[in-house]
Amino acid sequence: MIYIVGLLAVIFLAMAAVVVSRMAAVVRNVGGTEDGDDSSYTGISNKINGAMFMVFLILGGIAATWSFMHSTQYFLPEASSPHGRRTDELFWISMAIVTFSAVLTNVILFYFSYRYQARKGYKAAYYPENHKLELIWTVVPAVVMAVMVFTGWRAWRDIMSEAPQGAQEIEIVGKQFNWIVRYPGVDDNKLGNYNYKLTDNNNEVGIDYSDEKAFDDFTSTTEMHIPVGKPIALKIRARDVLHSVFIPHMRVKMDAVPGMPTRFWFTADKTTEQMKNELNNQDFTYEIACTEVCGRGHFSMRVRLIVEDEDSWKKWCAEQKPLLTSFPEYASRIPANLKAKAAKYLPADAAAPSDSTTASTQQGGAAASVSLR
Amino acid sequence: MATVETNLAPHAHVEEHEHHEPDSFWRKYIFSEDHKTIAKQYLISGIFWSIIGISMSVIFRLQLGFPDMELGFLKPILRGWINESNKLDPNFYLALVTMHGTIMVFFVLTAGLSGTFSNFLIPLQVGARDMASGFLNMLSYWFFFVASVLMFASLFLETGPAGGGWVIYPPLSALPQAHISSELGMTLWLASMALFIVSQLLGGINYITTVINLRTRGMSFSKLPLTIWAFFLTAVLGLISFPVLLSAALLLIFDRSFGTSFYLSEIYINGEALPNVGGSPILFQHLFWFLGHPEVYIVMLPALGITSEIIATNARKPIFGYRAMIASMMGIAFLAFIVWAHHMFVTGMNPFLGSIFMFLTLIIAVPSAVKAFNYITTLWRGNIRFTPGMLFSIGLVSFFISGGVTGLILGNSALDIQLHDTYFVVAHFHLVMGASSAFGLLAGVYHWFPKMFGRLMNEKLGYVHFWMTFIGIYCVFFPMHYIGIAGFPRRYYAFTSYDFTKNIFADMNSFISIAAIITFSAQFLFLFNFVYSLFRGKRSPQNPWKSNTLEWTAPINPGHGNWVGEIPAVYRWPYDYSKPGAKDDFIPQNVPYSQTPESNLPHENELIGLEKEIEAQNLNDQFKQPH
Repeated sequence: MIYIVGLLAVIFLAMAAVVVSRMAAVVRNVGGTEDGDDSSYTGISNKINGAMFMVFLILGGIAATWSFMHSTQYFLPEASSPHGRRTDELFWISMAIVTFSAVLTNVILFYFSYRYQARKGYKAAYYPENHKLELIWTVVPAVVMAVMVFTGWRAWRDIMSEAPQGAQEIEIVGKQFNWIVRYPGVDDNKLGNYNYKLTDNNNEVGIDYSDEKAFDDFTSTTEMHIPVGKPIALKIRARDVLHSVFIPHMRVKMDAVPGMPTRFWFTADKTTEQMKNELNNQDFTYEIACTEVCGRGHFSMRVRLIVEDEDSWKKWCAEQKPLLTSFPEYASRIPANLKAKAAKYLPADAAAPSDSTTASTQQGGAAASVSLR
Repeated sequence: MATVETNLAPHAHVEEHEHHEPDSFWRKYIFSEDHKTIAKQYLISGIFWSIIGISMSVIFRLQLGFPDMELGFLKPILRGWINESNKLDPNFYLALVTMHGTIMVFFVLTAGLSGTFSNFLIPLQVGARDMASGFLNMLSYWFFFVASVLMFASLFLETGPAGGGWVIYPPLSALPQAHISSELGMTLWLASMALFIVSQLLGGINYITTVINLRTRGMSFSKLPLTIWAFFLTAVLGLISFPVLLSAALLLIFDRSFGTSFYLSEIYINGEALPNVGGSPILFQHLFWFLGHPEVYIVMLPALGITSEIIATNARKPIFGYRAMIASMMGIAFLAFIVWAHHMFVTGMNPFLGSIFMFLTLIIAVPSAVKAFNYITTLWRGNIRFTPGMLFSIGLVSFFISGGVTGLILGNSALDIQLHDTYFVVAHFHLVMGASSAFGLLAGVYHWFPKMFGRLMNEKLGYVHFWMTFIGIYCVFFPMHYIGIAGFPRRYYAFTSYDFTKNIFADMNSFISIAAIITFSAQFLFLFNFVYSLFRGKRSPQNPWKSNTLEWTAPINPGHGNWVGEIPAVYRWPYDYSKPGAKDDFIPQNVPYSQTPESNLPHENELIGLEKEIEAQNLNDQFKQPH
């Protein structure tokens, strides 16, 4: 890397130096002759500027190629999801098309600038239009673009389709400044309701315990574990301001919006271990970042993502304690008719008497929040 | 009976002096209603803001390029924003990013570019004494001035200026408890932008009215220079889209101060569940980008118009495809309104809407491509004079292409998933919109400086300025694509928290920062040149570039009313350069066909008969209206 920087810096400085020195020379030596002739612009300055376009084109081309080749090692970190590989492929095809057209048009632009610089006694061509030419270069980009759009659209449609049956639901909630992952629990594997008004320091995602599906839900703020090869349906929420879930290796990005749950489904097809071996980096880990500016800690909302085979994932899930077990005081929010079902998650002595008024208001709140969605 | 001779030879005795007392200093330079003075006021304000805006980017580039650097030396300027360990405060980093964006987009490239050149060129190029309403025009500048004062004041607040990104998405911008910058800083930002929008609307109405009503005799729409077409369409864009931003800002003000819930719903922050339900942060994004996207073209079209004029003049060739240029500008202006949601592909918006916006977005590439091809063909077989203005125009075309093509990738929603909000986006829009428009502004200043101040800028300094800036900008933004492809998110204070950004591209970031600093320094060459030439520059002849448009038929230092005597009539389009048979390589618009039989094309000979009609038309001279 240091070499790229070095080279680019040298090129930059060299070009700057060339310009400055040439200009200085021009000012010193030819200023007089030029002044007499400056309205026709056929003097040395004009020639230098014309030539500089070619110099820029050649040196710039070399610098661009060179820096590109040396940066490829960091491009698009190895994709670990099928849709990611698909968009990567589309990206490089599109990149090839647009790079080709950009290079071609830039070359022509600079070459024409150089080739058709002012010459003594020469008169430019009077060439105001050519409908055929204009038609061609309207239609050709339109067709190329239509193809690019169509392939892109098909990929987009597939990626954004409904998650397949049997996808594993996991909730991820953004807050200033970390992510909270909620799992649906090992017993029912269903996420329980939530209500933002129930949020507090322990119940960070506002789990609503009037819903029996919530009893076995557990959360994690440091790691997200997912099984390899199984579709994961991320249910994305934000607690305070906008955030955006970004899993670079999975090519996953979706904003987390307060008051409007979003979703993104994907399949990870390489475990963390596999990636460690593939990349020859024993410290490798998948990561989740935030890409929507959310305040002071925006740049450090890291959660580790661990992809493992289904058995170890199940084992990990089984080791996690449901939130209700960790904080049995929430048992007071459980309606009386569900107490029995919740008992297995509570220590034997914590079967607190239910407070009917809180339970009913919370029920009302939950209903409101559900209907708002 | 207006012939070239009467226009070029100044008649000093016309009745315009009938009600003239010498203007007081205040009326002449400060509260002036003269479009030329107002244009200069915009230009100088724009330059002032650009120095502040670019300086900010240099400060945060220091942080990004040299994360370990001791920034203690900035303490005299930034005071408390440099913390005890001599590092930039992360909150202030966000404020810098935000203010850089706001200042550059609105205050420099909208007010500084459109404000300067629409004001200066519209009356001079369509042949009018002044804007339709000089008073509204003055008001427009002074609204902008007050907006500037508020924005400037917000830089000195203890809680800092606005800091939620230039897009100020709520809830971050709506809740003071979410970020320190959402306190008074955001209030001032909103107040300032509201006034700024008023200023833009007053200006826009004026531009549109002037172009439609005050064209001189014979200046039909099909004879308008492309600059005027560009300014006209820009004004239409602004007039339609800015009110939407105003409404977005007003609703945000309500949410912030009056407890409404337009953008707020189900928020738990700082240990407190807010009562707001039912609002949608996405609503704000739709409203914002309904302006935000046309804004890109509000910034870009004037630059393209200026470029068209300068490239044709200095290639000594008619612009290629004059009608196609107008059509593509109209196409861009129309499409600009129906592509806004491509900024929102991954906001949770319905994916079907995403598909629609992807199709519409990629259509806009067609007129853009046509424009680029037309510029290139204009150069083909030209006789190119590299004036500084011409160099900057060619540079603009290069940036427009290089930055524009990546739009095809970002506009593709499937590919946008990975690239959204990464440095790839930053690289893309800085090239295609930031650098291109800035080059349009610089090209315009070099080209019309003689008309503005009656003196020529130093060309040699202009060349050095161009090459340093051109190379520098490529060095800054070309490698930035690499960083984006590697997945680096934008608006990050540091890249040390993640394995996928740690330890890579650190030297690339340093390189970008160095290139940015050098490019910034090169701008002082321009500043020096500008100020020096203002007082000591070589005196300009009446038509230094041998250009066809009407402004060069006015006196070297046009007074109030622009032309002495009658306003010239217009007989031909503005791009009769290097016409076969003509003795010179340019024929100004006010030369009738009857005087150039040697170069007329067959159908143009038929137009000679219309000349009497053109001359007999209503003068549209504001000085001759009863008042």
